[in-house]
Amino acid sequence: MEPHEGLEAQIAHWRGYVARRRAISPADLDELEDHLREQIAERRAGGLDEDESFLVAIKRMGNLDAVSREFAREHSERLWKQLVLLPEDPAATGVPPWRELAVVLSLAVGAGLALKAGLSWLGGDEVLLRNTGLLVFPFLAAYFAWKRRLAVRLLLALVVPFAALAVVLNAYPFAPEGSTGLLAALHAPVLLWLLAGVAYVGGRWRSDGRRMDFVRFTGELAIYFTLLGLGGGVLIGLTAAVLQLVGLDLEPIMEAWILPFAVPGALVVAAWLVEAKQDVIENIAPVLTRIFTPLTIAMLLAMLVVLTTAGGLIDVDRGLLILMNAVLVLVLCLLLYALSAREPLAPAGIFDVLQLVLLVAALAVDAVMLTAMLARIAEFGSSPNKIAALGLNLLLLVHLLRAAWLSAGFLRGRCRFAELERWQTRYLPVYGLWAAVVVFVFPPVFAFA
Amino acid sequence: MRIDKDLVAASATPLVLGILAEGELHGYAIIKKVGELSGGDMQWTDGMLYPLLHRLERLGHLEASWGHSPETGRRRKHYAITPSGREALAERQEQWSVVAKALRQVWHNAQLPPAMETGWA
Repeated sequence: MEPHEGLEAQIAHWRGYVARRRAISPADLDELEDHLREQIAERRAGGLDEDESFLVAIKRMGNLDAVSREFAREHSERLWKQLVLLPEDPAATGVPPWRELAVVLSLAVGAGLALKAGLSWLGGDEVLLRNTGLLVFPFLAAYFAWKRRLAVRLLLALVVPFAALAVVLNAYPFAPEGSTGLLAALHAPVLLWLLAGVAYVGGRWRSDGRRMDFVRFTGELAIYFTLLGLGGGVLIGLTAAVLQLVGLDLEPIMEAWILPFAVPGALVVAAWLVEAKQDVIENIAPVLTRIFTPLTIAMLLAMLVVLTTAGGLIDVDRGLLILMNAVLVLVLCLLLYALSAREPLAPAGIFDVLQLVLLVAALAVDAVMLTAMLARIAEFGSSPNKIAALGLNLLLLVHLLRAAWLSAGFLRGRCRFAELERWQTRYLPVYGLWAAVVVFVFPPVFAFA
Repeated sequence: MRIDKDLVAASATPLVLGILAEGELHGYAIIKKVGELSGGDMQWTDGMLYPLLHRLERLGHLEASWGHSPETGRRRKHYAITPSGREALAERQEQWSVVAKALRQVWHNAQLPPAMETGWA
């Protein structure tokens, strides 16, 4: 710093330097600057000159890395922009950047090889479907285990449920074409994903903040994976078109080799991208939720009008229930995403009102469908499919009801935003439990039908 | 005397809540008050106060409002304690009195070198 720079210039310089820390928002910076100026004024009154006062005040402010790490810990929604906590000491971690890339690429290839091996040696589509998640998951979990340097005990805690899942999915005598086998295959990835979450948060799965980070991670991963898929699709399409000109058909190669490697590989690479380059997408996800929240409200209201005026649902079957579950999951994703990106201390605004409208509309549509469905089940009896769809619907219903209740409370100033956020993260394991019930309990209860 | 940083961290929340229980203040005034109360022995790293204040705000123990400095007119954030903050303070106070009571007995029973004894008195 120049010795004769004016005090204002020095403060501006400092401000610019601190502003680069993304964990510290402009408002925090105002607060810190006010503090700095007061400290300087007091030193000046005590007889120090401008430069000396400034230096003392800066020193009292503390090590900027440590302070911004503290801010990041408190405001993890901002920290998200900056990626996990600042490395304590970049020199000490000693991982050259290329090593991470090498690890990621080998895991991506490994996942591809595992899936290809499964395709070649596992007989039957159903067996393969049940095992797809099991084949890919270890590579994703291995990446987090490597990245977070998981302790052996935690690794065991991941391996044991994984092994249990693998045994159940392959040892249960599922009837061919049976619905319990299909249900188990569909619910196993949920369990695996939550296990991946435990690895992602480095074992700190009890922490609400870390759970929310995993929610953000999941959303970002979906966006990256889609983008990679689109890009890959364009490349494959162009290649196929060119090869066709010379009379070669790409399709057999694509089915046998390209897709089995590209899809799981893209998943691992997407996970790495989210870890490494969060802020590329960071501004898109909240914008997407803001665009789609009003649009989804319009969709739900249209559905509600149609359902209530059409006079009786003609085809009430589990297809409808599954469709409804998909709608509720969409609403839930919008809610989770909007909440995870929101500044927790900001007062309630128009968007929070919109969110409540969204929740109420979704609940109303679900109520109409659910009454129709319950009547149907009472009439024709239950099946594993119906129970599974109904169970998930009830879980979603409870989640959204409570969320609507809490956001109404938040809008009226009765409860804090943190409670609304905590409800989301606390409720997440319930879905895991339900998935576990469907995978482990349903097949024996319904005689593996 | 330098106070161990774990001890500073553990006592920071009750100190902030206790100081704000007497009336709303901004960050700098809180730091000054801590200095006065400890006779200058407890020197907080100024920057670390703010994440703590924000955390207490998020937990609902404090309420913050932006105002202006009366002398310079600069934007300034004031913190005031909430009823839930007062509850938390009462709880901390009980915990600390238990710890202090136990420590007093330890100091009483233990054979401390005279220099340290006066230091803790």
